[in-house]
Amino acid sequence: MTFWKLFARNRSAVMGLVIIFLIILMALTAPLFFPADPFSLAGQPMSPPGENGFLLGSDSLGRDVAAGIAHGAKTSLLIGLLATLVAVFVGVIMGALAGYYGGFIDNLLMRATEMFQTIPSFIFAILLVAIMKPSIESIVIAIAVVSWPAVARLVRGEFLSLRGREFVQACHTIGMNDIRIMLAEMLPNCLSPIIVIGSLMVATAILIESGLAFLGLGDPNIMSWGFQVGAGRTLLRSAWWVCTFPGIAILLTVLAINLVGEGLNDALNPRLRERT
Amino acid sequence: MTRLLDIRDLHVALPAGGQRAHAVKAADLHLEENEILCVVGESGSGKSLTARAVMGLLPKPHVHISQGEVMFQGEDLAKASEARLRQIRGSDISMIFQEPMTALNPVMTIGNQIDEVFRFHENMPGKERRARALKLLEDVHLPDPEQTLDAYPHQLSGGQRQRAMIAMALALDPKILIADEPTTALDVTTQAQVLKLIKEMQAEHGTGVLFITHDFGVVADIADRVAVMQNGLVVETGTTDEVLRNPQHPYTQGLMAAVPSLTPRAARARSEESVLSVNKLVKTYSSGGGLFGGKARVVHAAKEVTFDLARGETLGIVGESGSGKSTVARCIVRLNDAEAGEILLGGTDLRPLGRSAMRAHRSKIQMVFQDPFASLNPRTKVGKIIAQGPLLYGASTEEAREKALELLEIVGLDDRAYDRFPHEFSGGQRQRIGIARALALEPQILVADEPVSALDVSIQAQILELLDSIRDRMNLSMIFITHDLRVAAQVCDRIAVMRRGEVVEIGATEGIFANPQHEYTRDLLSAVPGKGWFASETAVAS
Repeated sequence: MTFWKLFARNRSAVMGLVIIFLIILMALTAPLFFPADPFSLAGQPMSPPGENGFLLGSDSLGRDVAAGIAHGAKTSLLIGLLATLVAVFVGVIMGALAGYYGGFIDNLLMRATEMFQTIPSFIFAILLVAIMKPSIESIVIAIAVVSWPAVARLVRGEFLSLRGREFVQACHTIGMNDIRIMLAEMLPNCLSPIIVIGSLMVATAILIESGLAFLGLGDPNIMSWGFQVGAGRTLLRSAWWVCTFPGIAILLTVLAINLVGEGLNDALNPRLRERT
Repeated sequence: MTRLLDIRDLHVALPAGGQRAHAVKAADLHLEENEILCVVGESGSGKSLTARAVMGLLPKPHVHISQGEVMFQGEDLAKASEARLRQIRGSDISMIFQEPMTALNPVMTIGNQIDEVFRFHENMPGKERRARALKLLEDVHLPDPEQTLDAYPHQLSGGQRQRAMIAMALALDPKILIADEPTTALDVTTQAQVLKLIKEMQAEHGTGVLFITHDFGVVADIADRVAVMQNGLVVETGTTDEVLRNPQHPYTQGLMAAVPSLTPRAARARSEESVLSVNKLVKTYSSGGGLFGGKARVVHAAKEVTFDLARGETLGIVGESGSGKSTVARCIVRLNDAEAGEILLGGTDLRPLGRSAMRAHRSKIQMVFQDPFASLNPRTKVGKIIAQGPLLYGASTEEAREKALELLEIVGLDDRAYDRFPHEFSGGQRQRIGIARALALEPQILVADEPVSALDVSIQAQILELLDSIRDRMNLSMIFITHDLRVAAQVCDRIAVMRRGEVVEIGATEGIFANPQHEYTRDLLSAVPGKGWFASETAVAS
């Protein structure tokens, strides 16, 4: 069976994929539909949805909520992806070294990983951003720093079990060097769980970013969903639309990514394949 | 009179889209009281599913009985309700499995697990249950039954666990005992004891035993009647004498011929030239201890192991599990580091060499692994798996490719295998690929660690033949690790017998088989199943 067929067996995963596709489309076409800066004051403040030319209403300063959502999509997706890539990169290296060499190196790396894991991740992220000054880079770094331990633990476990497999030992007996064994022989065999955990991490990263922006720790020059929710929170009773629509955008995106992650898990994990 | 068990026209359907529609097709089998029926066949023959169909233990709904009946004392089990089956299981029909470690619950004591059987099926006070359990453990000759009752499965050895399983299976004096490869995971001496026990218990209780196995030696030792299965069909049934002495079906004949003879083949002249000598090799494993100290347990896997390997000869290292035979092999190819001793290859001691210094010598000693499914990277194409070695040692892509194609031909595979992935091949074919990979670096010495123990007997014979012809063609020396004395008799020029890390006896194969010096060697030889049935047929060996 092809990969796509396996994936498509999970209907909700396909739904998720469609939603993600639409959000990406929205992020790409934002400058076409909303050419103005989303921070610009576009008209009457506190307009309800559909009035004064605002599709989803405007906030207390008269900024267009719809424009904010469209432009914020790029920020959320970009930060989610970048942070995940960095986290997976670091996590794979740490996990691979620990799992492959074992012993002292494993002890050292895993104790270090545990140190990161003992601190509640969101508080840790707030702390990091507060220290580094809010900017896109610092947010990406902060999210990556709190996310890599999970990847490292996963990869370590996979490498530990692969290390003893006979095909890996066969590589030793033909004199292959360690780096090559790790990269070319072992890593491809644990790609599936890495892809799955990575896809789910994108969702978490988007949530953390929104949370940071909500608390006012986002990049002040870049529109994001979390910032919108944060800006509208005091008006929740008088102007519900300011918080609600960006909130729904976050919800949909995270849900869609989680569904796709689940679908990938079902498709890539042959043991679960028959569990219907 | 109704038969104890009568299987008529049994069809077991497999999920649609598989290789075959039926795992078992039109099987007719019957079992009388006080009789042992062996169902024998290779992997995929449907023998295990037949047994499970009787117990109602098929993995439904994917696999189910689609046609036919399983008559147990006049009652059709194929149509019985789940509740009725539960009643029958354990009390009237019970089962023992291949791996007692997984069949027993690891967090319950043996006593509790036997107790459960009584509690589910019979109403009796706790004291009496304990007394019955104790009696059962005595019956299966477990040492110190009182203590065993309170022991957890991991505290017993493999043989003891299987005895406990048998005790549990016989707890309610069932009319039928189904044994699914009950001795396959056991050492040969333990296997002999367990087979004896099953036979003894069967005779005592008059039980009908349905015994599933792939091993004709075991069949010869235990069966009253034999049914041979191939691809879901019962191809031949008859008494043990009829089937083993005078097989009618060509498939049975083939299987019988493939059982390696215990008579060693003719000795060959031994070369004067020694290619490898291992001197007083020592390797210990320690477990426990850890970060905060604690007492570590130390196991001696190799105690001053010493032997020589001459050019062109095959040295067998035989022994039971835990004897250290694999450890020695792994130390020689430097997958494990021995603590002391010498591994002399052409005047260089390999043991103390570091990783980079060792690289220059790696190509001279290559290894063939046991498990053909685990030994090939599932994500790498076969051609690349073989060509990798030469590429690492500086061959050009074109040279490596040619070498790989040439080797594929030598090991008897098609050119087209080059661009395929390992999962497209059967176990025997994969083992051929593994051999090709080992040969790609043109080694002087081939270390084969149980290369045929995961294979069916007919494939086993082909691989042994291949290894033999390659050794002669390339003038290789071979170290052949095996637990199977029949296999050792057919491929080895000399044999080293290992027990608990020590070489207790070493010598020419013929000498070891004809006149074993050490007591342990004699034990091993007498425990080989099916002695006397196949040994006379020496013509088979050629």
